[in-house]
Amino acid sequence: MNEHRLINLVLRSYVVLVFVFIFTPIAGSVVFSFNIDRFPSLPLGGFSLHWYETIAADPAVWQAFKNSLMVGVVVSLVSTVLGFTAAYTDFRYQFFGKSIYMALALLPPTIPVVIMGLAMLAFLSRVGLSGEIYAVMISHVVMCAPFAMAVIRMRLAQMDPNIEAAAWNLGANQWKAMRFVILPFTAPSIFAALFVTMAVSFDEFAVAWFVSGLNETVPVRILNTLQGQVSPTINAIGTIVFITTMTLVILAQLLLMRRHKPATA
Amino acid sequence: MMSNKLKVSPPVVTDGSAAQLRGGRRGLRLPWYGFSFSMPILIWQLVFFVFPLAFLVAISFWVVRNFRMVPAFEWLNWNYMLSRGFFWDAYAHTLAMAAGAAVLISVVALPCAYTIAFKFRESVKQLIVLLLITPFFTSYLVRTYSWQVFLSDNGILNAALGQFGLEPLAMLNTAFATYVGYFTLCLPLVVLLQLFSLMYIDRSLIEAAHNLGCGRMRTVFLVVVPSARIGIVVAALFCFILTFGDFVSPLYLGGGQPPTLSTLITDTTKSGQQWPRAAVIATMMIVTLLITAFAAVRFAYRRRA
Repeated sequence: MNEHRLINLVLRSYVVLVFVFIFTPIAGSVVFSFNIDRFPSLPLGGFSLHWYETIAADPAVWQAFKNSLMVGVVVSLVSTVLGFTAAYTDFRYQFFGKSIYMALALLPPTIPVVIMGLAMLAFLSRVGLSGEIYAVMISHVVMCAPFAMAVIRMRLAQMDPNIEAAAWNLGANQWKAMRFVILPFTAPSIFAALFVTMAVSFDEFAVAWFVSGLNETVPVRILNTLQGQVSPTINAIGTIVFITTMTLVILAQLLLMRRHKPATA
Repeated sequence: MMSNKLKVSPPVVTDGSAAQLRGGRRGLRLPWYGFSFSMPILIWQLVFFVFPLAFLVAISFWVVRNFRMVPAFEWLNWNYMLSRGFFWDAYAHTLAMAAGAAVLISVVALPCAYTIAFKFRESVKQLIVLLLITPFFTSYLVRTYSWQVFLSDNGILNAALGQFGLEPLAMLNTAFATYVGYFTLCLPLVVLLQLFSLMYIDRSLIEAAHNLGCGRMRTVFLVVVPSARIGIVVAALFCFILTFGDFVSPLYLGGGQPPTLSTLITDTTKSGQQWPRAAVIATMMIVTLLITAFAAVRFAYRRRA
Protein backbone atom coordinates (compact mmCIF):
# COMPACT_ATOMS: atom_id res chain seq x y z
CA MET A 1 0.00 0.00 0.00
CA ASN A 2 2.80 2.34 0.91
CA GLU A 3 4.69 1.47 -2.23
CA HIS A 4 1.53 2.19 -4.18
CA ARG A 5 1.30 5.66 -2.60
CA LEU A 6 4.93 6.38 -3.39
CA ILE A 7 4.51 5.43 -7.04
CA ASN A 8 1.44 7.65 -7.32
CA LEU A 9 3.33 10.52 -5.75
CA VAL A 10 6.24 10.10 -8.17
CA LEU A 11 3.89 9.91 -11.16
CA ARG A 12 1.95 12.98 -10.10
CA SER A 13 5.12 14.97 -9.54
CA TYR A 14 6.16 13.93 -13.02
CA VAL A 15 2.93 15.36 -14.44
CA VAL A 16 3.57 18.59 -12.57
CA LEU A 17 7.08 18.72 -14.05
CA VAL A 18 5.73 18.30 -17.57
CA PHE A 19 3.28 21.13 -16.97
CA VAL A 20 6.04 23.32 -15.59
CA PHE A 21 7.93 22.75 -18.82
CA ILE A 22 4.88 23.51 -20.95
CA PHE A 23 3.98 26.70 -19.12
CA THR A 24 7.48 28.05 -18.48
CA PRO A 25 7.81 29.85 -21.83
CA ILE A 26 4.25 31.17 -21.64
CA ALA A 27 4.65 32.54 -18.12
CA GLY A 28 8.13 33.74 -19.06
CA SER A 29 6.97 35.87 -21.93
CA VAL A 30 4.27 37.52 -19.79
CA VAL A 31 6.77 38.27 -17.02
CA PHE A 32 9.45 39.51 -19.43
CA SER A 33 6.96 41.80 -21.12
CA PHE A 34 6.69 43.80 -17.90
CA ASN A 35 10.42 43.71 -17.25
CA ILE A 36 12.60 46.73 -17.85
CA ASP A 37 15.63 44.71 -19.01
CA ARG A 38 16.34 44.16 -22.67
CA PHE A 39 18.08 40.89 -21.76
CA PRO A 40 16.19 39.62 -18.73
CA SER A 41 18.24 37.58 -16.29
CA LEU A 42 18.27 36.77 -12.61
CA PRO A 43 17.60 38.72 -10.53
CA LEU A 44 14.81 40.21 -12.64
CA GLY A 45 14.87 43.93 -13.27
CA GLY A 46 12.11 46.30 -12.27
CA PHE A 47 8.51 46.49 -13.45
CA SER A 48 7.96 48.58 -16.54
CA LEU A 49 5.40 49.23 -19.24
CA HIS A 50 8.18 50.37 -21.55
CA TRP A 51 7.73 47.57 -24.11
CA TYR A 52 3.99 48.15 -24.27
CA GLU A 53 4.59 51.86 -24.81
CA THR A 54 7.09 51.01 -27.52
CA ILE A 55 4.64 48.90 -29.48
CA ALA A 56 1.82 51.38 -28.91
CA ALA A 57 4.00 53.99 -30.58
CA ASP A 58 4.89 51.74 -33.51
CA PRO A 59 2.58 52.22 -36.49
CA ALA A 60 3.77 48.92 -38.01
CA VAL A 61 2.39 47.08 -35.00
CA TRP A 62 -0.96 48.87 -35.25
CA GLN A 63 -1.14 48.05 -38.93
CA ALA A 64 -0.29 44.44 -38.17
CA PHE A 65 -3.11 44.22 -35.62
CA LYS A 66 -5.48 45.78 -38.13
CA ASN A 67 -4.44 43.25 -40.78
CA SER A 68 -4.71 40.34 -38.36
CA LEU A 69 -8.15 41.43 -37.27
CA MET A 70 -9.36 41.82 -40.84
CA VAL A 71 -7.94 38.45 -41.83
CA GLY A 72 -9.27 36.83 -38.67
CA VAL A 73 -12.85 38.04 -39.17
CA VAL A 74 -13.04 37.05 -42.83
CA VAL A 75 -11.30 33.73 -42.26
CA SER A 76 -13.50 32.76 -39.34
CA LEU A 77 -16.68 33.56 -41.27
CA VAL A 78 -15.71 31.74 -44.46
CA SER A 79 -14.09 28.74 -42.83
CA THR A 80 -17.00 28.29 -40.43
CA VAL A 81 -19.47 28.26 -43.33
CA LEU A 82 -17.30 25.76 -45.19
CA GLY A 83 -16.75 23.72 -42.04
CA PHE A 84 -20.47 23.65 -41.33
CA THR A 85 -21.39 22.44 -44.80
CA ALA A 86 -18.72 19.74 -44.64
CA ALA A 87 -19.76 18.61 -41.16
CA TYR A 88 -23.42 18.45 -42.20
CA THR A 89 -22.51 16.50 -45.34
CA ASP A 90 -20.60 13.99 -43.25
CA PHE A 91 -23.49 13.77 -40.78
CA ARG A 92 -26.24 13.32 -43.33
CA TYR A 93 -24.89 11.62 -46.45
CA GLN A 94 -23.17 8.44 -47.49
CA PHE A 95 -21.70 8.49 -50.95
CA PHE A 96 -19.02 6.98 -53.11
CA GLY A 97 -15.59 8.44 -52.35
CA LYS A 98 -16.64 9.91 -49.04
CA SER A 99 -13.36 8.97 -47.36
CA ILE A 100 -11.46 10.96 -49.98
CA TYR A 101 -13.89 13.82 -49.52
CA MET A 102 -13.32 13.77 -45.77
CA ALA A 103 -9.57 13.53 -46.24
CA LEU A 104 -9.65 16.66 -48.40
CA ALA A 105 -11.67 18.43 -45.76
CA LEU A 106 -9.43 17.41 -42.87
CA LEU A 107 -5.88 17.05 -44.21
CA PRO A 108 -4.57 20.63 -44.50
CA PRO A 109 -3.42 20.97 -40.87
CA THR A 110 -1.17 17.92 -41.30
CA ILE A 111 0.79 19.43 -44.17
CA PRO A 112 3.98 21.10 -42.88
CA VAL A 113 3.52 24.85 -42.88
CA VAL A 114 6.65 25.52 -44.94
CA ILE A 115 5.29 23.32 -47.70
CA MET A 116 1.85 24.92 -47.49
CA GLY A 117 3.49 28.31 -47.50
CA LEU A 118 5.62 27.61 -50.55
CA ALA A 119 2.73 25.98 -52.42
CA MET A 120 0.39 28.89 -51.67
CA LEU A 121 3.08 31.41 -52.59
CA ALA A 122 3.81 29.72 -55.91
CA PHE A 123 0.12 29.33 -56.76
CA LEU A 124 -1.11 32.70 -55.56
CA SER A 125 1.68 34.64 -57.21
CA ARG A 126 0.83 32.85 -60.45
CA VAL A 127 -2.74 34.14 -60.24
CA GLY A 128 -1.52 37.56 -59.13
CA LEU A 129 -2.76 37.45 -55.54
CA SER A 130 0.52 36.98 -53.70
CA GLY A 131 1.39 39.89 -51.46
CA GLU A 132 -2.26 40.83 -51.15
CA ILE A 133 -4.12 40.51 -47.90
CA TYR A 134 -6.52 38.16 -49.73
CA ALA A 135 -3.64 35.72 -50.10
CA VAL A 136 -3.41 35.35 -46.34
CA MET A 137 -7.19 35.00 -46.07
CA ILE A 138 -7.40 32.28 -48.71
CA SER A 139 -4.54 30.28 -47.19
CA HIS A 140 -5.93 30.59 -43.70
CA VAL A 141 -9.38 29.42 -44.75
CA VAL A 142 -7.77 26.27 -46.17
CA MET A 143 -6.05 25.67 -42.84
CA CYS A 144 -8.92 26.70 -40.54
CA ALA A 145 -11.95 25.07 -42.19
CA PRO A 146 -10.96 21.62 -40.84
CA PHE A 147 -11.04 22.97 -37.28
CA ALA A 148 -14.49 24.47 -37.83
CA MET A 149 -15.66 21.23 -39.34
CA ALA A 150 -14.35 19.19 -36.39
CA VAL A 151 -16.01 21.44 -33.81
CA ILE A 152 -19.40 21.41 -35.58
CA ARG A 153 -19.22 17.71 -36.41
CA MET A 154 -18.75 16.89 -32.74
CA ARG A 155 -21.92 18.81 -31.94
CA LEU A 156 -23.86 17.06 -34.72
CA ALA A 157 -22.72 13.72 -33.33
CA GLN A 158 -24.86 14.50 -30.28
CA MET A 159 -27.94 14.91 -32.42
CA ASP A 160 -30.30 12.08 -33.19
CA PRO A 161 -30.65 11.96 -37.00
CA ASN A 162 -34.30 11.08 -36.48
CA ILE A 163 -35.00 14.60 -35.30
CA GLU A 164 -34.36 15.95 -38.77
CA ALA A 165 -36.46 13.14 -40.24
CA ALA A 166 -39.24 13.97 -37.79
CA ALA A 167 -39.25 17.56 -39.06
CA TRP A 168 -39.67 16.27 -42.61
CA ASN A 169 -42.50 14.04 -41.51
CA LEU A 170 -44.20 16.99 -39.92
CA GLY A 171 -44.14 18.76 -43.27
CA ALA A 172 -40.97 20.80 -43.21
CA ASN A 173 -39.00 20.82 -46.42
CA GLN A 174 -35.26 20.22 -46.23
CA TRP A 175 -34.38 23.92 -46.05
CA LYS A 176 -36.90 24.51 -43.30
CA ALA A 177 -35.61 21.53 -41.36
CA MET A 178 -32.14 23.02 -41.74
CA ARG A 179 -33.34 26.43 -40.62
CA PHE A 180 -35.46 25.34 -37.66
CA VAL A 181 -33.81 22.10 -36.52
CA ILE A 182 -30.19 21.75 -37.54
CA LEU A 183 -29.08 25.37 -37.25
CA PRO A 184 -30.53 25.99 -33.78
CA PHE A 185 -29.08 22.71 -32.56
CA THR A 186 -25.60 23.46 -33.88
CA ALA A 187 -25.67 27.19 -33.06
CA PRO A 188 -23.32 26.96 -30.04
CA SER A 189 -20.78 24.99 -32.04
CA ILE A 190 -21.06 27.45 -34.92
CA PHE A 191 -20.10 30.29 -32.61
CA ALA A 192 -17.39 28.14 -31.07
CA ALA A 193 -16.05 27.42 -34.54
CA LEU A 194 -16.03 31.14 -35.34
CA PHE A 195 -13.87 31.84 -32.31
CA VAL A 196 -11.58 28.84 -32.70
CA THR A 197 -10.86 29.55 -36.36
CA MET A 198 -10.22 33.18 -35.59
CA ALA A 199 -7.79 32.16 -32.89
CA VAL A 200 -5.99 29.76 -35.23
CA SER A 201 -5.74 32.42 -37.92
CA PHE A 202 -4.59 34.98 -35.40
CA ASP A 203 -1.64 32.75 -34.46
CA GLU A 204 -0.60 31.45 -37.85
CA PHE A 205 2.76 32.83 -38.87
CA ALA A 206 4.43 30.58 -41.41
CA VAL A 207 2.07 30.53 -44.37
CA ALA A 208 1.18 34.16 -43.73
CA TRP A 209 4.89 34.98 -43.77
CA PHE A 210 5.28 33.37 -47.19
CA VAL A 211 2.32 34.99 -48.87
CA SER A 212 1.65 38.26 -47.07
CA GLY A 213 4.29 40.41 -48.74
CA LEU A 214 4.12 43.81 -47.11
CA ASN A 215 0.78 43.14 -45.42
CA GLU A 216 2.23 41.87 -42.18
CA THR A 217 -0.10 40.22 -39.73
CA VAL A 218 0.82 40.21 -36.04
CA PRO A 219 2.62 36.84 -36.03
CA VAL A 220 4.51 37.81 -39.20
CA ARG A 221 5.49 41.03 -37.47
CA ILE A 222 6.80 38.92 -34.58
CA LEU A 223 8.72 36.65 -36.95
CA ASN A 224 10.29 39.62 -38.69
CA THR A 225 11.21 41.14 -35.33
CA LEU A 226 12.71 37.82 -34.27
CA GLN A 227 14.97 37.92 -37.32
CA GLY A 228 16.21 41.37 -36.51
CA GLN A 229 17.81 42.49 -33.28
CA VAL A 230 16.53 41.10 -30.01
CA SER A 231 13.57 43.03 -28.77
CA PRO A 232 11.35 42.30 -25.77
CA THR A 233 8.51 44.01 -27.64
CA ILE A 234 7.86 40.47 -28.89
CA ASN A 235 6.81 39.56 -25.34
CA ALA A 236 4.46 42.51 -25.12
CA ILE A 237 2.85 41.67 -28.47
CA GLY A 238 2.76 38.01 -27.49
CA THR A 239 1.03 38.77 -24.21
CA ILE A 240 -1.63 40.86 -25.95
CA VAL A 241 -2.16 38.12 -28.56
CA PHE A 242 -2.30 35.49 -25.81
CA ILE A 243 -4.99 37.41 -23.94
CA THR A 244 -6.93 37.95 -27.18
CA THR A 245 -6.85 34.32 -28.27
CA MET A 246 -7.55 33.00 -24.78
CA THR A 247 -10.59 35.27 -24.59
CA LEU A 248 -11.81 33.84 -27.89
CA VAL A 249 -11.18 30.28 -26.81
CA ILE A 250 -12.82 30.72 -23.41
CA LEU A 251 -15.85 32.26 -25.12
CA ALA A 252 -15.94 29.26 -27.45
CA GLN A 253 -15.64 26.89 -24.52
CA LEU A 254 -18.46 28.61 -22.63
CA LEU A 255 -20.67 28.38 -25.68
CA LEU A 256 -19.94 24.69 -26.05
CA MET A 257 -20.57 23.98 -22.39
CA ARG A 258 -24.01 25.56 -22.59
CA ARG A 259 -25.04 22.49 -24.58
CA HIS A 260 -25.79 20.69 -21.33
CA LYS A 261 -28.48 23.15 -20.34
CA PRO A 262 -31.07 23.36 -23.12
CA ALA A 263 -33.22 20.28 -23.49
CA THR A 264 -31.89 18.40 -26.49
CA ALA A 265 -35.39 18.10 -27.86
CA MET B 1 -20.01 6.55 -37.24
CA MET B 2 -23.43 8.06 -37.11
CA SER B 3 -26.10 5.95 -38.65
CA ASN B 4 -27.06 7.54 -41.88
CA LYS B 5 -29.35 4.77 -42.92
CA LEU B 6 -32.46 6.81 -42.36
CA LYS B 7 -35.68 4.96 -42.86
CA VAL B 8 -37.41 8.23 -43.50
CA SER B 9 -36.52 10.01 -46.67
CA PRO B 10 -36.60 13.77 -47.07
CA PRO B 11 -39.81 15.25 -48.43
CA VAL B 12 -40.10 15.33 -52.17
CA VAL B 13 -42.95 17.80 -52.30
CA THR B 14 -42.47 21.18 -50.76
CA ASP B 15 -45.40 22.77 -49.06
CA GLY B 16 -47.82 24.59 -51.30
CA SER B 17 -46.56 24.13 -54.79
CA ALA B 18 -47.91 20.78 -55.77
CA ALA B 19 -46.56 21.31 -59.24
CA GLN B 20 -43.26 20.19 -57.97
CA LEU B 21 -42.00 16.97 -59.33
CA ARG B 22 -43.40 13.98 -57.64
CA GLY B 23 -42.49 11.15 -59.89
CA GLY B 24 -42.25 12.97 -63.17
CA ARG B 25 -39.31 14.79 -64.75
CA ARG B 26 -36.91 12.72 -62.80
CA GLY B 27 -34.17 13.26 -65.35
CA LEU B 28 -34.02 16.97 -64.59
CA ARG B 29 -34.05 16.67 -60.85
CA LEU B 30 -30.81 17.45 -59.18
CA PRO B 31 -30.24 17.23 -55.43
CA TRP B 32 -29.59 20.93 -55.09
CA TYR B 33 -29.95 20.80 -51.36
CA GLY B 34 -27.32 18.12 -51.01
CA PHE B 35 -25.03 19.83 -53.48
CA SER B 36 -25.21 23.16 -51.73
CA PHE B 37 -23.83 21.51 -48.60
CA SER B 38 -21.37 19.04 -50.03
CA MET B 39 -19.85 21.12 -52.80
CA PRO B 40 -18.45 24.31 -51.17
CA ILE B 41 -15.65 22.69 -49.18
CA LEU B 42 -14.87 20.30 -52.02
CA ILE B 43 -14.46 23.12 -54.52
CA TRP B 44 -12.54 25.30 -52.09
CA GLN B 45 -10.08 22.57 -51.10
CA LEU B 46 -9.60 21.43 -54.68
CA VAL B 47 -8.84 24.94 -55.90
CA PHE B 48 -6.87 26.27 -52.95
CA PHE B 49 -5.36 23.15 -51.42
CA VAL B 50 -4.98 20.28 -53.87
CA PHE B 51 -4.18 22.45 -56.84
CA PRO B 52 -1.45 24.52 -55.12
CA LEU B 53 0.21 21.33 -53.88
CA ALA B 54 0.07 19.81 -57.35
CA PHE B 55 1.35 23.07 -58.79
CA LEU B 56 4.22 22.95 -56.31
CA VAL B 57 5.25 19.55 -57.62
CA ALA B 58 4.86 20.86 -61.17
CA ILE B 59 7.13 23.86 -60.72
CA SER B 60 9.91 21.59 -59.50
CA PHE B 61 10.24 20.79 -63.23
CA TRP B 62 10.21 24.41 -64.34
CA VAL B 63 13.35 26.34 -65.14
CA VAL B 64 14.51 29.77 -64.07
CA ARG B 65 15.65 32.01 -66.91
CA ASN B 66 16.64 35.62 -66.38
CA PHE B 67 15.31 35.46 -62.82
CA ARG B 68 11.90 34.34 -64.04
CA MET B 69 10.28 30.96 -63.76
CA VAL B 70 9.47 29.45 -67.13
CA PRO B 71 7.12 26.49 -67.53
CA ALA B 72 9.06 23.46 -68.69
CA PHE B 73 9.50 19.81 -68.03
CA GLU B 74 13.13 19.43 -67.14
CA TRP B 75 14.87 17.36 -64.48
CA LEU B 76 17.33 20.25 -64.05
CA ASN B 77 16.36 21.20 -60.50
CA TRP B 78 16.06 17.58 -59.47
CA ASN B 79 19.50 16.79 -60.80
CA TYR B 80 20.89 19.88 -59.15
CA MET B 81 19.42 19.28 -55.71
CA LEU B 82 19.79 15.52 -55.55
CA SER B 83 23.44 15.65 -56.55
CA ARG B 84 24.31 18.13 -53.83
CA GLY B 85 25.94 16.89 -50.66
CA PHE B 86 24.40 19.70 -48.61
CA PHE B 87 20.92 18.55 -49.57
CA TRP B 88 21.49 14.98 -48.40
CA ASP B 89 23.24 16.20 -45.25
CA ALA B 90 20.23 18.34 -44.46
CA TYR B 91 17.91 15.46 -45.33
CA ALA B 92 19.69 13.02 -43.02
CA HIS B 93 19.92 15.63 -40.27
CA THR B 94 16.22 16.53 -40.49
CA LEU B 95 15.17 12.90 -40.58
CA ALA B 96 17.33 12.06 -37.56
CA MET B 97 16.12 15.07 -35.58
CA ALA B 98 12.45 14.40 -36.33
CA ALA B 99 12.70 10.66 -35.66
CA GLY B 100 14.57 11.38 -32.43
CA ALA B 101 11.92 13.89 -31.43
CA ALA B 102 9.09 11.46 -32.17
CA VAL B 103 10.65 8.77 -30.00
CA LEU B 104 11.90 11.03 -27.21
CA ILE B 105 8.72 13.08 -26.89
CA SER B 106 6.55 9.95 -26.95
CA VAL B 107 8.64 8.38 -24.20
CA VAL B 108 8.49 11.53 -22.07
CA ALA B 109 4.77 12.01 -22.69
CA LEU B 110 3.61 8.45 -22.01
CA PRO B 111 4.08 8.35 -18.21
CA CYS B 112 2.40 11.75 -18.06
CA ALA B 113 -0.58 10.67 -20.16
CA TYR B 114 -0.79 7.42 -18.21
CA THR B 115 -0.88 9.22 -14.89
CA ILE B 116 -3.51 11.68 -16.09
CA ALA B 117 -5.65 8.87 -17.47
CA PHE B 118 -5.52 6.58 -14.44
CA LYS B 119 -4.51 8.56 -11.38
CA PHE B 120 -6.70 11.65 -11.40
CA ARG B 121 -10.35 12.31 -10.65
CA GLU B 122 -12.65 13.12 -13.56
CA SER B 123 -12.92 16.82 -12.66
CA VAL B 124 -9.15 17.21 -12.37
CA LYS B 125 -8.76 15.38 -15.65
CA GLN B 126 -11.01 17.87 -17.42
CA LEU B 127 -9.03 20.78 -16.02
CA ILE B 128 -5.79 19.12 -17.17
CA VAL B 129 -7.16 18.65 -20.67
CA LEU B 130 -8.08 22.35 -20.76
CA LEU B 131 -4.57 23.24 -19.63
CA LEU B 132 -3.11 21.01 -22.33
CA ILE B 133 -5.15 22.81 -24.98
CA THR B 134 -4.04 26.26 -23.84
CA PRO B 135 -0.57 26.17 -25.48
CA PHE B 136 -2.18 25.73 -28.91
CA PHE B 137 -3.54 29.21 -28.57
CA THR B 138 -0.33 30.85 -27.55
CA SER B 139 2.06 31.89 -30.23
CA TYR B 140 4.72 29.29 -30.88
CA LEU B 141 7.01 32.12 -31.95
CA VAL B 142 6.59 33.96 -28.67
CA ARG B 143 7.26 30.77 -26.73
CA THR B 144 10.38 30.21 -28.81
CA TYR B 145 11.58 33.72 -28.09
CA SER B 146 10.86 33.16 -24.42
CA TRP B 147 13.08 30.07 -24.48
CA GLN B 148 15.84 32.15 -26.02
CA VAL B 149 15.78 34.32 -22.91
CA PHE B 150 15.90 31.24 -20.67
CA LEU B 151 18.62 29.41 -22.58
CA SER B 152 20.99 32.14 -23.72
CA ASP B 153 24.51 32.35 -22.30
CA ASN B 154 23.57 35.12 -19.90
CA GLY B 155 20.00 33.92 -19.61
CA ILE B 156 17.75 32.89 -16.77
CA LEU B 157 18.87 29.27 -16.56
CA ASN B 158 22.56 30.08 -16.54
CA ALA B 159 22.00 32.76 -13.93
CA ALA B 160 20.16 30.18 -11.85
CA LEU B 161 23.03 27.73 -12.28
CA GLY B 162 25.42 30.49 -11.24
CA GLN B 163 23.53 30.80 -7.94
CA PHE B 164 24.62 27.27 -7.20
CA GLY B 165 28.17 28.08 -8.19
CA LEU B 166 27.96 26.14 -11.44
CA GLU B 167 29.65 27.06 -14.68
CA PRO B 168 27.37 28.52 -17.35
CA LEU B 169 26.41 26.06 -20.08
CA ALA B 170 26.22 26.88 -23.77
CA MET B 171 22.62 25.87 -24.46
CA LEU B 172 21.32 28.25 -27.11
CA ASN B 173 22.28 27.38 -30.69
CA THR B 174 22.74 23.73 -29.88
CA ALA B 175 20.75 20.63 -30.76
CA PHE B 176 19.59 20.66 -27.15
CA ALA B 177 17.86 24.01 -27.69
CA THR B 178 16.30 22.73 -30.90
CA TYR B 179 14.87 19.86 -28.91
CA VAL B 180 13.54 22.22 -26.26
CA GLY B 181 11.69 23.93 -29.12
CA TYR B 182 10.43 20.61 -30.48
CA PHE B 183 9.15 19.65 -27.05
CA THR B 184 7.41 23.03 -26.79
CA LEU B 185 5.79 22.45 -30.15
CA CYS B 186 4.73 18.81 -29.69
CA LEU B 187 4.55 17.76 -26.07
CA PRO B 188 1.02 19.03 -25.32
CA LEU B 189 -0.36 17.46 -28.49
CA VAL B 190 1.36 14.12 -27.91
CA VAL B 191 0.17 13.96 -24.29
CA LEU B 192 -3.38 14.80 -25.43
CA LEU B 193 -3.47 12.17 -28.17
CA GLN B 194 -2.01 9.49 -25.91
CA LEU B 195 -4.42 10.49 -23.18
CA PHE B 196 -7.43 10.13 -25.44
CA SER B 197 -6.44 6.61 -26.41
CA LEU B 198 -5.60 5.61 -22.84
CA MET B 199 -8.90 6.93 -21.49
CA TYR B 200 -10.87 4.56 -23.64
CA ILE B 201 -9.04 1.40 -22.64
CA ASP B 202 -11.42 -1.13 -21.17
CA ARG B 203 -10.60 -1.01 -17.44
CA SER B 204 -11.65 -4.61 -16.99
CA LEU B 205 -8.65 -5.63 -19.11
CA ILE B 206 -6.35 -4.08 -16.54
CA GLU B 207 -8.26 -5.60 -13.62
CA ALA B 208 -8.14 -8.97 -15.32
CA ALA B 209 -4.38 -8.66 -15.71
CA HIS B 210 -4.03 -7.80 -12.03
CA ASN B 211 -6.30 -10.67 -11.02
CA LEU B 212 -4.19 -13.04 -13.05
CA GLY B 213 -1.17 -11.97 -11.07
CA CYS B 214 0.38 -9.63 -13.60
CA GLY B 215 2.65 -7.08 -11.93
CA ARG B 216 2.25 -3.34 -12.30
CA MET B 217 4.97 -2.74 -14.87
CA ARG B 218 4.09 -5.89 -16.77
CA THR B 219 0.48 -4.73 -16.96
CA VAL B 220 1.57 -1.37 -18.32
CA PHE B 221 3.73 -2.89 -21.02
CA LEU B 222 1.68 -5.95 -21.87
CA VAL B 223 -1.86 -4.58 -21.52
CA VAL B 224 -2.05 -0.80 -21.39
CA VAL B 225 0.48 0.18 -24.04
CA PRO B 226 -0.66 -2.41 -26.62
CA SER B 227 -4.31 -1.41 -26.08
CA ALA B 228 -3.46 2.22 -26.70
CA ARG B 229 -1.10 1.47 -29.54
CA ILE B 230 -3.04 3.27 -32.23
CA GLY B 231 -3.15 6.49 -30.24
CA ILE B 232 0.51 6.24 -29.28
CA VAL B 233 1.65 5.65 -32.85
CA VAL B 234 -0.58 8.41 -34.23
CA ALA B 235 0.79 10.80 -31.60
CA ALA B 236 4.36 9.91 -32.54
CA LEU B 237 3.46 10.36 -36.20
CA PHE B 238 2.07 13.84 -35.59
CA CYS B 239 5.20 14.65 -33.66
CA PHE B 240 7.34 13.49 -36.57
CA ILE B 241 5.30 15.50 -39.09
CA LEU B 242 5.44 18.66 -36.98
CA THR B 243 9.15 18.53 -36.20
CA PHE B 244 10.09 17.42 -39.72
CA GLY B 245 8.49 20.57 -41.12
CA ASP B 246 9.31 23.04 -38.37
CA PHE B 247 11.73 25.79 -39.26
CA VAL B 248 11.40 27.92 -36.14
CA SER B 249 13.15 25.79 -33.51
CA PRO B 250 16.12 24.75 -35.69
CA LEU B 251 16.61 28.36 -36.75
CA TYR B 252 15.92 30.46 -33.67
CA LEU B 253 16.91 28.00 -30.95
CA GLY B 254 19.28 25.65 -32.79
CA GLY B 255 21.08 28.49 -34.53
CA GLY B 256 20.36 27.26 -38.05
CA GLN B 257 23.44 25.05 -38.30
CA PRO B 258 23.38 22.46 -39.69
CA PRO B 259 20.39 23.44 -41.82
CA THR B 260 17.23 21.36 -41.89
CA LEU B 261 15.09 20.85 -44.98
CA SER B 262 12.61 23.48 -43.84
CA THR B 263 15.30 26.09 -43.25
CA LEU B 264 16.68 25.23 -46.69
CA ILE B 265 13.23 25.90 -48.15
CA THR B 266 12.81 29.23 -46.40
CA ASP B 267 16.34 30.29 -47.42
CA THR B 268 15.91 29.20 -51.01
CA THR B 269 12.49 30.82 -51.32
CA LYS B 270 13.14 34.06 -49.54
CA SER B 271 16.49 34.71 -51.20
CA GLY B 272 15.24 35.04 -54.73
CA GLN B 273 13.51 33.23 -57.52
CA GLN B 274 14.87 29.73 -56.94
CA TRP B 275 11.40 28.45 -56.16
CA PRO B 276 11.75 25.38 -58.39
CA ARG B 277 14.66 24.17 -56.26
CA ALA B 278 12.67 24.81 -53.10
CA ALA B 279 9.83 22.87 -54.75
CA VAL B 280 12.17 19.90 -55.17
CA ILE B 281 12.96 19.96 -51.45
CA ALA B 282 9.27 20.30 -50.62
CA THR B 283 8.35 17.39 -52.87
CA MET B 284 11.01 15.23 -51.25
CA MET B 285 9.56 16.18 -47.87
CA ILE B 286 6.03 15.31 -48.96
CA VAL B 287 7.17 11.92 -50.25
CA THR B 288 9.05 11.23 -47.03
CA LEU B 289 6.06 12.20 -44.92
CA LEU B 290 3.69 10.07 -47.00
CA ILE B 291 5.92 7.02 -46.66
CA THR B 292 6.31 7.60 -42.92
CA ALA B 293 2.58 8.15 -42.41
CA PHE B 294 1.74 5.06 -44.42
CA ALA B 295 4.23 2.92 -42.51
CA ALA B 296 3.06 4.29 -39.16
CA VAL B 297 -0.61 3.65 -39.91
CA ARG B 298 0.18 0.15 -41.15
CA PHE B 299 2.09 -0.49 -37.96
CA ALA B 300 -0.65 0.97 -35.77
CA TYR B 301 -3.40 -1.17 -37.27
CA ARG B 302 -1.36 -4.35 -37.69
CA ARG B 303 -3.03 -7.47 -36.29
CA ARG B 304 -5.91 -5.42 -34.95
CA ALA B 305 -9.46 -5.07 -36.08
